[in-house]
Amino acid sequence: MSNIDPILLLSAIIIVSTPILLAAIGELVVERAGVLNLGVEGMMITGAVCGFIAATSTGSPWLGFAGAALGAALLSMVFGVLTQLFLSNQVATGLALTLFGLGLSALLGQGYIGVKGPVVPDLYLPVLRDIPFLGPVLFRHDAMVYIALFIVLGVWLFLNRTRSGRVLRAVGENHDAAHALGYKVVRVRLLAIAFGGACAGLGGAYLSLVRVPQWTEGMTAGAGWIALAIVVFASWRPGRLVLGAWLFGGATALQLALQASGGVQIPIEYLQMAPYLATILVLVILRAGRAPGSLGRSFHASS
Amino acid sequence: MIRLDRRPEPSRAWTIATPFVAVALTMVAGGLMFALLGKDPVEAIRTIFWDPLFGDFASYSRPQLLVKAGPLILIAIGLSLGFRAGIWNIGAEGQYILGAICAAATGLAIYPAETWIVFPAMIVAGALGGLLWAMIPALLKVRFGTNEVLVSLMLVYVAEALLASMSLGLLRNPEGMGFPGSRNLAQYPSAANLDLIPGTGLHWGVALAFAAVIVGQVVMTRHQLGFRVRLAGQSPRAAVFGGVNPGWLVVVCMGISGGLAGLAGMFEVAGPAGRLSIDFNVGYGFTAIIVAFLGRLNPIGILLAGLLMALTYIGGELAQLQMNLPLAAIQMFQGMLLFFLLAVDLLTNFSIRFGRRVAA
Repeated sequence: MSNIDPILLLSAIIIVSTPILLAAIGELVVERAGVLNLGVEGMMITGAVCGFIAATSTGSPWLGFAGAALGAALLSMVFGVLTQLFLSNQVATGLALTLFGLGLSALLGQGYIGVKGPVVPDLYLPVLRDIPFLGPVLFRHDAMVYIALFIVLGVWLFLNRTRSGRVLRAVGENHDAAHALGYKVVRVRLLAIAFGGACAGLGGAYLSLVRVPQWTEGMTAGAGWIALAIVVFASWRPGRLVLGAWLFGGATALQLALQASGGVQIPIEYLQMAPYLATILVLVILRAGRAPGSLGRSFHASS
Repeated sequence: MIRLDRRPEPSRAWTIATPFVAVALTMVAGGLMFALLGKDPVEAIRTIFWDPLFGDFASYSRPQLLVKAGPLILIAIGLSLGFRAGIWNIGAEGQYILGAICAAATGLAIYPAETWIVFPAMIVAGALGGLLWAMIPALLKVRFGTNEVLVSLMLVYVAEALLASMSLGLLRNPEGMGFPGSRNLAQYPSAANLDLIPGTGLHWGVALAFAAVIVGQVVMTRHQLGFRVRLAGQSPRAAVFGGVNPGWLVVVCMGISGGLAGLAGMFEVAGPAGRLSIDFNVGYGFTAIIVAFLGRLNPIGILLAGLLMALTYIGGELAQLQMNLPLAAIQMFQGMLLFFLLAVDLLTNFSIRFGRRVAA
C-alpha cells in the first residue's frame, strides 16, 4: 500500500469515473422520462468505435467525440422506434440493443485494432493547476472531464428549473396524465432516448480516445451496466450520480493501483472483480429511492 | 393515417406467425448487410442456412447442430420461466461458467480414479454451482430489493474473472507444460460426456435439453407452478391476492434457470469443450436470451429457436471460413433477428387500421 501515490490515485479516480458518469447522466434523463433502456452497454461500445474511427480519420479528437455522440444516438433510435412506435418490451429491446451494438462495433472496428488514435490534450488551466495537491488532482485533465460535469449540472438545471424539464418528469411519472394534459409523450421520450444515446456514445469515446486509448473489441467491459446501476444508486437524482460515479471510479482506480504497485499478494483476477462486487455491495447497502412512476411501461394513447 | 387498435387478447395466429416473419425479414436485412460488406448476399444466406445441413461438409456440421443447440435450449427453457413471471435473470452466462468450474473441479478432484460415481457427481456439482450463483441475485432481491438484472449481470464479470483464475491457477493441468487450461476431461473416461449414439452430437446434455422441453411444457400448462408464473407475469397484484408469494417465486425461477445453466456448463466442459480454459465460454448464456424470446417463451418454440440459432452459429463459422465473412457480422445478424421479432410482435397485440381517425 505504501507505494501508492495518493495524488495519482485521486486523479485516476476522476479519469476512470468520467465515462461512467457520462453514460449514467444520459440514462438518468431517459429513465426520468419513464423509459428503461438496458442497451447502454451497446450504445457505449458503438460510441467508442464510432469516436475512434472519426478521430483517427479526421485527426481531431473533438470530431471523434461528435461522431461518437451521433453514432450512438442513431443506434439509440432503433431502440426508440421499437419501444415507442412498435411498443415492444423495453427490457428485451434494451438487451437486443446491447447484443447488436457489440456485434456492430466489432464489425466497424475491424480495421482499427492496434491503430493509434490522436492524443487528447489536457486543458491548460493557469493558476488552478498550480494549487498544491488540488491542482494535479482536479485541474490537470482533458476538457471532457469538465464537460461531463457541466452536462450533469445542465441536466439538474433542466429537470428542476425549466418548464421542459417538468414536462419530461410528468411524462415519466404518469404518462396517461401527461397525455391528457396535451403533452406529446412519445416525442418527449424519443428525444430523451436520443440524448441518452449521445451521452453513452461520449462515454464510450472517452474510453477509446482518452482512457485506454485505442480500440479493442468489448472494451467497455460492463461500464454501461455499471452506469445503469449508478442511476439506481443515485435515486434518479443528478447530484448523487456524481458521488456514485466517483465511488465506482474509486474501486476501479484502487484495484488498478494495487495491480501496478505489486505490493499485495492478491492475484490480478480477484482484483478485477472489485468494481463489480463494489457495485453489488452498494446496490444492497443503499436502498434506492422511488423510481419514476411509469418507468419501463409502454405508452399507447388508446389504452 | 395508420392507427393501432389494441386487441382484446393476443392473436394466436400472429403469435405463431411472427417468428417466421422475423426470420424472413432478418434474411432480407442480413442480405443487405452482407452486400454492403461486398459479399454475395444469396451465397452468404445459403452458406449460413443451407450448407450446414445439406452442403458438402454437412456430415461434419450436422452433429454440431445438436452440440450447439443443446446448451442454448437448456438455458433458454430455464430463463423463459422467469421471463414469463417478470423475473429477469440476465446472468445465465455466469451461472453457466460456475456450473462448468464446479463440475470440472469435482471431476479433477477424483482424477484419475475410474468409478461410475464421477459423472453423476459432476452433474450434481454443475447444477449446484449454477444454482448457488443464481441464488445471489435472487436472495438479494428478496431480502434487500436489489435489481436482479444488474446483480446477475455484474456476477457474469465476476464469474469470468474466477474462470481466468481457475484455469491459470488451481485447476491448471499440472502436465500441461505451463499452458493455461485444465486437464482434458473428455479424455478421462469416467468423466467424459460422449455421444450417446456416436457421430450424431447427441450427448447427455442434449438428451437433457430435450427432456427439459417436455417437462417445461408440462409444467407451464399442467402444473401449479406454471399457473403461478403466468399469473405473476400478467398481473403481479392479482398473483399476490391469489396466494403467490413473490419472494418464493423469485427464488424458484432463479434457482431453476441457474441450475439448468450450470448443467449446460457441466455438459459442455465434460464433452465438446473438454477443458476449462480462459475463453471456454462462448456466450451461450447471452444467446439463450434471444432463443427464449424467439421461441415466444414457449418450450416447443424454444426447441425450434435453439436449433435455428445453432444453425446460424455453424453457418456463421462456415461463412467465415469460406467467404471470409467476419464473425461479428453473425453476432449482428442474431441481434437483428431479435429486433425484427420485437417489431413484428406489434401485430400480436394490436391490429393495424388504415384510414382517417374516427371521432370517438
